[in-house]
Amino acid sequence: MSEHNEQTVREEVRTWLAANWKPDQPLITWRTLLAESGWGMPTWPAQWYGKGYSMALGNAVLEEIQTAGAVGAAQAGVRMLAAATLLEHGSDAHKAKFLKSILTGEHNWCQLFSEPGSGSDLAGLTTRAELKDGKWVINGQKVWTTSAHHAQYGMLLARTDWDVPKHQGISYFILHMDQPGVEVRPLRQMNGHASFNEVFFTDAIVLPEFLVGERNGGWKIALTTLAHERRGADGVRSFARAEAGQGQVFDELREELAHVNEPYKWYPQRAGRVDLILERAKASGRITDPVIRQEIAELLIMARSSEWTARRARKAQVMGRPQGPEGSLGKLAASNVAKKAAHVHTLLAGADAMLKGSDGLMNGLISEILISVPAISIAGGTDEIQRNIISERVLGMPKEPRTDVDRPFRDVPRNPGKR
Amino acid sequence: MEFSFSDEQQVFRDMVRRFLEETSPTKEVRRLMDTEIGYDPAVWQRLSNELGLPGLHIPERFGGQGFGAVELGIVAEEMGRALLCAPFFSSAVLGTFAALNAASEAQREELLPDLAAGKKRITLAVAERSGSWQAADITTAARSAPSGSVLNGEKWFVIDGASADQLIVAAVDEHGIGLYLVDAAADGLNRIPLDTLDPTRKQARVVFSNVSAQRLGGASDATAALDRTVDQATIVLASEMVGGADHLVRSAVDYAQMRMQFGRVVGSFQAIKHKCADLVLEVELAKSAAYYAAEALAEDDPDVPALASLAKAAASAACLRAATDCIQIHGGIGFTWENDTHLYFKRAKASEMMLGDPVYHRERMLKNVGGLA
Ligand SMILES: Cc1cc2nc3c(=O)[nH]c(=O)nc-3n(C[C@H](O)[C@H](O)[C@H](O)COP(=O)(O)OP(=O)(O)OC[C@H]3O[C@@H](n4cnc5c(N)ncnc54)[C@H](O)[C@@H]3O)c2cc1C
Repeated sequence: MSEHNEQTVREEVRTWLAANWKPDQPLITWRTLLAESGWGMPTWPAQWYGKGYSMALGNAVLEEIQTAGAVGAAQAGVRMLAAATLLEHGSDAHKAKFLKSILTGEHNWCQLFSEPGSGSDLAGLTTRAELKDGKWVINGQKVWTTSAHHAQYGMLLARTDWDVPKHQGISYFILHMDQPGVEVRPLRQMNGHASFNEVFFTDAIVLPEFLVGERNGGWKIALTTLAHERRGADGVRSFARAEAGQGQVFDELREELAHVNEPYKWYPQRAGRVDLILERAKASGRITDPVIRQEIAELLIMARSSEWTARRARKAQVMGRPQGPEGSLGKLAASNVAKKAAHVHTLLAGADAMLKGSDGLMNGLISEILISVPAISIAGGTDEIQRNIISERVLGMPKEPRTDVDRPFRDVPRNPGKR
Repeated sequence: MEFSFSDEQQVFRDMVRRFLEETSPTKEVRRLMDTEIGYDPAVWQRLSNELGLPGLHIPERFGGQGFGAVELGIVAEEMGRALLCAPFFSSAVLGTFAALNAASEAQREELLPDLAAGKKRITLAVAERSGSWQAADITTAARSAPSGSVLNGEKWFVIDGASADQLIVAAVDEHGIGLYLVDAAADGLNRIPLDTLDPTRKQARVVFSNVSAQRLGGASDATAALDRTVDQATIVLASEMVGGADHLVRSAVDYAQMRMQFGRVVGSFQAIKHKCADLVLEVELAKSAAYYAAEALAEDDPDVPALASLAKAAASAACLRAATDCIQIHGGIGFTWENDTHLYFKRAKASEMMLGDPVYHRERMLKNVGGLA
């Protein structure tokens, strides 16, 4: 489709919405309609719950849905990472079995990638999958798994060959979480929340048809998942206005979001809450202090220009243009902004920065910023790894010599196993 | 200035360190931070009886050991390293210095032997809602009554305020500022524990409604005694912070040398090595500042106010950076509750704001450095 028929498409969506959208129906019924019509995911292929539209045209469709005040397809959590990966690498059987229940919100997913022994070096993972009596038997441990405790399925990376270099011995599986060999334990963070889990596998089973792609071909599929993660395909999204709506659909949606978004509720705080700075500066009376004013100004300059850099990157993506350096800088920029924001919040809080909970400023929100910001320079690839990516991939500087990719994984030095 | 510790001081440091390694492993810290009083009375007794630490800097004639600020700095540094949960800073530092600076001879004879023996814990209540430790910001008021005086007002951020036996309270009176001794159990005194970011050092809000109190010292303004007390405590706090920072550097370097990624220890990556090198640079500079300030205090140098602020500002920045970098070098594990780094991070964050934040201390240093006022 080309852009010139955007008007026709908009009219078509409107007509469809007029006939089908009503707030008083079960959420799943509505989302099933939406999925089957293809309007919920307009950029997906036409044979798989989409329309095959360009991103620009897709946005026009989503705009219409939003204007109508209708609820969109389920997008919260890591479900969209699973969907994007299956669309690209899954078999038709996988797509048929999993995509629809992702869009309707019936099934939640989690991402079983990071391990205690391998974070930055994800390809150094040591969870093993062995084929026994025609089934994959999984043993090992994952960590930092968001929502593992209410996910039905997990995207699992496991090692299937130890005698080849690390990237060549990894396979990508779909794991059914509800089985005896899978144990999920909450992982408490320094800010007191437990948004993540440790997941232990003891002879967990994956049926052979739930291998995605080729055996030992999992790394390239993992890269697809990670690329979508970086693009922010996951996370806390929904049509904000819809949340305030009336009717059965909205009641069920609110329930769903409360549940699915629970682990993410401190995420805004880890980004530093620049949005609160001016309000806090006024409330604390320090808005007139020239030292603080300079700090605030520096922060706002950093934050605004980072935001505009992110918009440049998004625009290039929407227009289908190759991205420049701006596309890889966002993560590091966000980390710098968050650290600076925590510093300014501390100055604005004064002695009250020593208090938390209901004794703390804004009912503890400010202290939550201070003890959550350290996550942003680690989660989703550390600052050091981002700098490697920027220097090597963006600036084309030479890579550091590597001694872990030229030999069988078995022979690569690694962290002692722990259970 | 000596710029080095004597052999005796070194032996003393080792002894304190060993004692704290035994009595304050982080497992203990975690247990104690979840208790109401936040310390272990048995350890406090041992620390008092076996090592005499609360009386370290109290003159011998009052039952103390008669050492000076350098030895006190050593103790504080080791306590910061061990993240000790104890009323040392509140009672042995704030309360004791206030008594030494403001009390009459008779009052000293009454108070100091118990403080030195660790039998009594006396904290100092200065800051109010604004968090300022400056005399000019005090509004709590004292007025004379038939027997002694009566206090009215509200103090905030009182360290160990909910567990101390007595409090020395800074209040406005007819002489200017007075420091008043009150019993924690006195009628009209209400203590409300505060929910602190740093769980290893408790604070409280204390409300006084017609609480009977005894003024320390003679009938004159105690502002100078208060300022002196805050300077002394600020230097001790700086020492405590550099001890924590030193521990964090060690912890980060140890982990970087053990943790493998990409087939090598992460400490072999230049990004991590340089981070550690920059960090140790900042921490060693802050240590030098803390040591210099402690020695100046021991020698009664007139520059103590400027040096206290200098040392505090340097220690705040170094300790917070050490905690932040230590988390970063640990990666995801550094952000977990199970890892100990966050306990040091929270102590660093709270100490940064205690007794005045870095902006205040930088400005105050300039005001007190000769010629820059
Ligand atoms: C709040 C939070 C949320 C998370 N969410 C998820 C999630 O949803 N899903 C998931 O899979 N994972 C998640 N993680 C895990 C995260 O991706 C890893 O923690 C991160 O990639 C770092 O890995 P690591 O913890 O093993 O640290 P390590 O890789 O061991 O790193 C330790 C230190 O070494 C440095 N380092 C490592 N390699 C290099 C190098 N080549 N050059 C220079 N320095 C290097 C690192 O920067 C770091 O400072 C989360 C982590 C946090 C803290």
